[in-house]
This record gives sequence, C-alpha cells and structure tokens, in this order.
Amino acid sequence: MENINLKINGLDVSAPAGSTVLEAARLAGIKIPTLCYLKDINEIGACRMCVVEVKGARNLVAACVHPISEGMEVLTNTPKLIQSRKRTLQLLLSNHDKSCLSCVRSGNCELQQLCKEYGVDDANYYEGVSNSYELDDSAAHMIRDNNKCILCRRCVAVCEKTQGIGVIGPNNRGFDTFIGSPFGMGLGETSCVSCGQCIAVCPTGALYEKDYTDQVLEAIADPDKYVVVQTAPSVRAGLGEEFGYPMGTDVEGKMAAALRRIGFDKVFDTDWGADLTIVEEAAELLDRIQNGGVLPMITSCSPGWVKYCEHYFPDMTENLSTCKSPQQMFGAMLKTYFAEKEGIDPKKIVSVSVMPCTAKKFEVGRDDQDAAGVPDVDIAITTRELARLIRRCGIEFTALPDETFDDPMGESTGAGVIFGATGGVMEAALRTAVEKLTGEELANLDFKDVRGIEGIKEAVYPVAGMDVKVAVASGLGNARTLLNKVKAGEADYHFIEIMGCPGGCVNGGGQPQVSGDVRNFTDVRGIRASVLYKNDANKPIRKSHENPAIKKLYEEYLGEPGSHKAHETLHTSYVKRTIN
Amino acid sequence: MLSKKTTVPFRGTEEQEKALLEVIAELKDEKGALMRILQKAQDIYGYLPIEVQKMISDGTGIPLEKIYGVATFYSQFALNPKGKYQISVCLGTACYVKGSGDIYNKLMEKLGIEGGECTPDGKFSLDACRCIGACGLAPVITINDEVYGRLKVDDIDDILAKYE
Repeated sequence: MENINLKINGLDVSAPAGSTVLEAARLAGIKIPTLCYLKDINEIGACRMCVVEVKGARNLVAACVHPISEGMEVLTNTPKLIQSRKRTLQLLLSNHDKSCLSCVRSGNCELQQLCKEYGVDDANYYEGVSNSYELDDSAAHMIRDNNKCILCRRCVAVCEKTQGIGVIGPNNRGFDTFIGSPFGMGLGETSCVSCGQCIAVCPTGALYEKDYTDQVLEAIADPDKYVVVQTAPSVRAGLGEEFGYPMGTDVEGKMAAALRRIGFDKVFDTDWGADLTIVEEAAELLDRIQNGGVLPMITSCSPGWVKYCEHYFPDMTENLSTCKSPQQMFGAMLKTYFAEKEGIDPKKIVSVSVMPCTAKKFEVGRDDQDAAGVPDVDIAITTRELARLIRRCGIEFTALPDETFDDPMGESTGAGVIFGATGGVMEAALRTAVEKLTGEELANLDFKDVRGIEGIKEAVYPVAGMDVKVAVASGLGNARTLLNKVKAGEADYHFIEIMGCPGGCVNGGGQPQVSGDVRNFTDVRGIRASVLYKNDANKPIRKSHENPAIKKLYEEYLGEPGSHKAHETLHTSYVKRTIN
Repeated sequence: MLSKKTTVPFRGTEEQEKALLEVIAELKDEKGALMRILQKAQDIYGYLPIEVQKMISDGTGIPLEKIYGVATFYSQFALNPKGKYQISVCLGTACYVKGSGDIYNKLMEKLGIEGGECTPDGKFSLDACRCIGACGLAPVITINDEVYGRLKVDDIDDILAKYE
C-alpha cells in the first residue's frame, strides 16, 4: 500500500495511506491518549481526549478518526492540548461518582489513569447539578452503575456492532443522556445474552460482574461444606495478566497452587469436563448424521451463544447440541459420580467454577441443570474475581510453585484445553469424530483450517467416504451472518461451532480487562489463544476419548456415550425466548 | 431513569396497525428510514408507546433500544398520548419569574404524573411550554384552547374541578 509522509512533533513519519493520525503517531512511538476510541468498534471521535493540533486546521482535531495526508504537520503535546485534555477530564469528573477507593476498577480504570497522567485531581472544578442513578442489578451476571458512566458508548458499540444485539443505548438527550435499555427496562428484562463484552470494553467502573468472592470464602470457611473448584481452559491464559505477567503467559501451575491455598477441598479442571463434552457431543453428531437427525448440529458450550440462539433464532434451538456445557457436565459428574465414589452427600458439596465468562453466572441458574437434584454448579466466578480472591487471601501469586490439578477430575487432554479458542471445540470434536467414523487412528491431529481469529471459518474434511462440512463462528454478529446463510439454504454444514465472544472464551467477558490503548494495537485473542495451542501441543494425550479418567468414568458410571444415564445427567433442554 | 413505559393503556386499532405496517414496508429498506417511520407512526397513533416501537422493531429489524434512543432524543416525539384535556404550563421567562414553576409542580402533584405524561384514565396530559405571547397575564396555563392567566397555586383545584 502507498505510504504517506507527514511530520508529527517535528519527526518525519511515514505511514500507510488511510491511517489515522493516532495510528501514524503510534508508528512513530508517540502515544496519544484515547478514551472512547476502540479500533473497528467505536470510532466516533466523541470524548475529545485524543485531540491534536494540525497545522492549518481551524480547530483541534480528533486523532482517532482524522485521516493523515501528505505533508501534514501534527503536534500532539503542546500546552494548549494538555490544557484541553485536562478540561475534558475535569468536566467528566464534575458528573462522576468519584468513590475510587474501593471501586472495582481502581488501579486499572482508564479515566483514573488519565487523571493521574494529566494531574487532574478530584476537586470540584465546576459547580452545578450532577446526575444520580440507581444501580441496575436486574441481570443475573452484572451490574450497571451509571454514576460512573462517562458516556463513551464503547459498551453500546460492542453490543450492537460486534454482537449484533443492541439492548443498550443512549437514552434522552444532553445532560439527561444515560446508557440503558428501552422504556426503563432493566438489563435482565431485555434479550441481553450475558456475554459481558460490555464489561470487557468499559473504561471505568460503570459495568462489572456480580461478585461472588465473599460467598466462595464463606463456603470454604464452613466446616460442613465440601468446596470443589473447576477452572476453564482460558482462565490459565488470562489470569497472569492480573499479576503482571505479559499477555500470553500460561499460569496453569501457579493457578492450581493458588486455588489450593485459598482452601478448596479439591482443585479440578474444566478441561476434564471439556473432554467429556467432546465424547458426548461426537457421539451425538455421529448419531445425527447416521440416523437423519437435525443438521447442522451446533455446539452448546457457550451460554451466551445458547441464550442468543433462544432469543434471536428460536426456530434453530433443535440444531443446538443437547450436551450441557463443560462447566455443567463437570458439575453434574461432581455431584453424582464423584459424590457417590467418595461417599459425600451432594447437598454438602459447593461446586465453584472459575470462568472467563459472565454468561456462566446465568447458566448455573438455568432449568434442567441439576443432575443430582441440586444445581450442578453453585457459584460461577470470573477470572477477575479469582484474581481478587487470590489478592484478598494474601497469596503471593508470582512466588507460588507450579502445582497440578487433583485426580480424577483434573486429568485432561490437549483437546480439552483448546476449547477456549475459537475453533478449538471443532478441532477437539474432529479428533474424536474422525477416528470414530473411520475406525482408524488419526495421523495428524492439527486441524489448522479451523484455527485463527477470523470471525467465520469453513472447512470440508473427507472422512470415510463422505465430506464432513464444518463451520466456526465467534462473536454473535458473525454467528448471525453464518446462521442466516444456513437458513437461506446457501450452506449445508454438518457441524457448526459458535462461541459468543469474538475469538472465543480467551476473549470472554470475564477475562482481565485490557485498556483501550493496548487493545487497539494488540492481537489479544491470538496471543491468549497461543497459550492454549502450546499447552495442547505439549500434552501427552491430545484426544478426548483417550483421557483415562473419562474412560474410567464411562466404565464405572455412565456406560456408553449417549447412554440413558448420560442423557439424564449430561444433556439438557432449551427454551424459545422473545426479543426485547 | 426517565421516560418509563406509559401508564395509559394502549388502544391501537387494526386500521392503525395496518397503516403502520404499510409505512414500514414502504420505507424499511431505505437508508436512514427510522426517523421517517417514527414521524409517520406518530401521525398514525399520536404518540410512540412501547407497542408501536415494538412493531417498528419487528418490522425493520432495528433493535428496540435504538428506536427508543432516537424517540427520546428528539423532542418532536412523544412516548405518552395526549389527554382529553391537554394542559400546557408556560415556563417562559415572564411566567417563570411570576411563579409558573410552582404551578407546574402543583399540577404534577395533583395529577400524579410527570411533565410529558398522561393520567392513566386518559383525561389529562401535562406539558411545559415556552412563551405563548401572553406575558401580560403571567403566569399562564392553557387547557386545550382555554387560557388561564394571573394564576396562583391555590387556583389550580378550582380550575381542574371544571373538567371533572
């Protein structure tokens, strides 16, 4: 592509045509502060933090949306600009709940960080009224506190554009503007799917998950409770970021050590549940293909996606695999198989999951998720809540030794761990389904066509005389595009993997928040996913059906995949919902 | 939070619905059609309650929140119907300094509604307006075409009683 030459702060800079001033400055190693800007998602130039001086321009221009041109001269840090940014921050603070001491985002709040950089304190610079809003705690998974909202509209953009949902938006006008749902509805009354992408992009403490760390600690302190934890694949790929490790660090060993020190009675792994899911799901897929079942079959691991399907594609809920998600399968086996084996009353077990996901908080309360007559999972916490727990318990995370998960529900394969990346479930399922279909051992376990962070991927695999057609989508906007294609008869897949969050669970709504200025210039999804693929490559066993603990589970308890007992405990049902 | 669902029951007719569906069918594929659809919907129904906005959402595929966001941004759109008796309180400068703010508050208290709303029985709706050019009579309210001037807060009960 053609390059354009310009001067930024007197430096000669050459950047590709079509770049913005912000991007060109970045190439020259100059950081321009941003607040509302999210690359490809929210490019509205509204917050005025990124203003720069352009020679010849009448007013300050927003660097995030202003395109570069040949010979342009840009200044990014003059006293005039610094004064302008300070005033912007002061005005934001004049109508902001400045209870930073215990704010959930204190320390990684983007507004707080900018105030620190620009020396803006919490004095009231502008007298006048300020808005006061009630918290919206109507949703199962999160809270909206508009008293801390700066109206940047990142949450609105990600909900509407990336996820194609649009249940939140700016209401009213001028000083009365607030972000919310229509007609005074709480988020819980809308067709919000609980994906939590709004939380992931929020620069302040206005959006946060419902925190259950206290409940976890209470359960652990109760001598009558047997508290067991499971951790999803992606947690080990993100948790390190909370403790200063570079993005893309696998902290599986330290995480297991930390969980043990927090006091869980057993430290297990959702990867075990993922392996079990694959065995059940592969059996279901083969059954549907061989016996004329509803195709394409679509994965059901992602509760955000499942809820989206129920609201927006209610006529396709028959396409959803009836398999519970790995979290729920794990919980079901914990309170039936494991409880029986160990002679523990399932009512005394507190089943805790650590998830990169906020929709898991909704999933634990769904109907038909109680194999032992009690909820399969009692408490689902996010990666962020786990980090809070670790800090609150005074655990020096970086100094921990690497430990392993407990047996038997901590044993897993490489197929289980890649569940956290888009295409991972598909690849894991193919490793099992292809071997089952052909009856031969696979020579190459890497299904590279379904890897990578693209929103929609397709592949055809010739297996045992038939072409197995598969597709993978992540992010619900992409899911909609793909499903509309299926509905229009333009594609005839056998099997589709859909993950609610773009890039899959590694980029889930419960993962550590990545500030805008890092996120805009980093491949967060790809870097975190690489942790899982490395973990997979290093595993001695990489096929779910070869997991010895899973084999034993079938021998001792379930019988065959898809057996009556498996259906009673590991499968679930769906409802049709409306759009609000 | 402002602008909640109206308390007045929706009384849309089949003819109105048919007219709205025609408007949606005609405009929905045009770029930027939402404003025009909302304007026409308001012509048909007189206001834009949740039932009407939902029909527009279903018909266009535009999320309800997006429609609601536009409807609450522009003052030309009303979320509540007008009452049989439409009360307007002038909050222009002259009326305001003569105490029309107190009269407005008294009316909200008496009727049990906020400005912009309508009583659940559909009888009274209340709005604030800017100068109506009767500053000599300040403070002024109008009820339909009737003008009431030089008002005191205590006059409100008697005036409303006329419409009971």
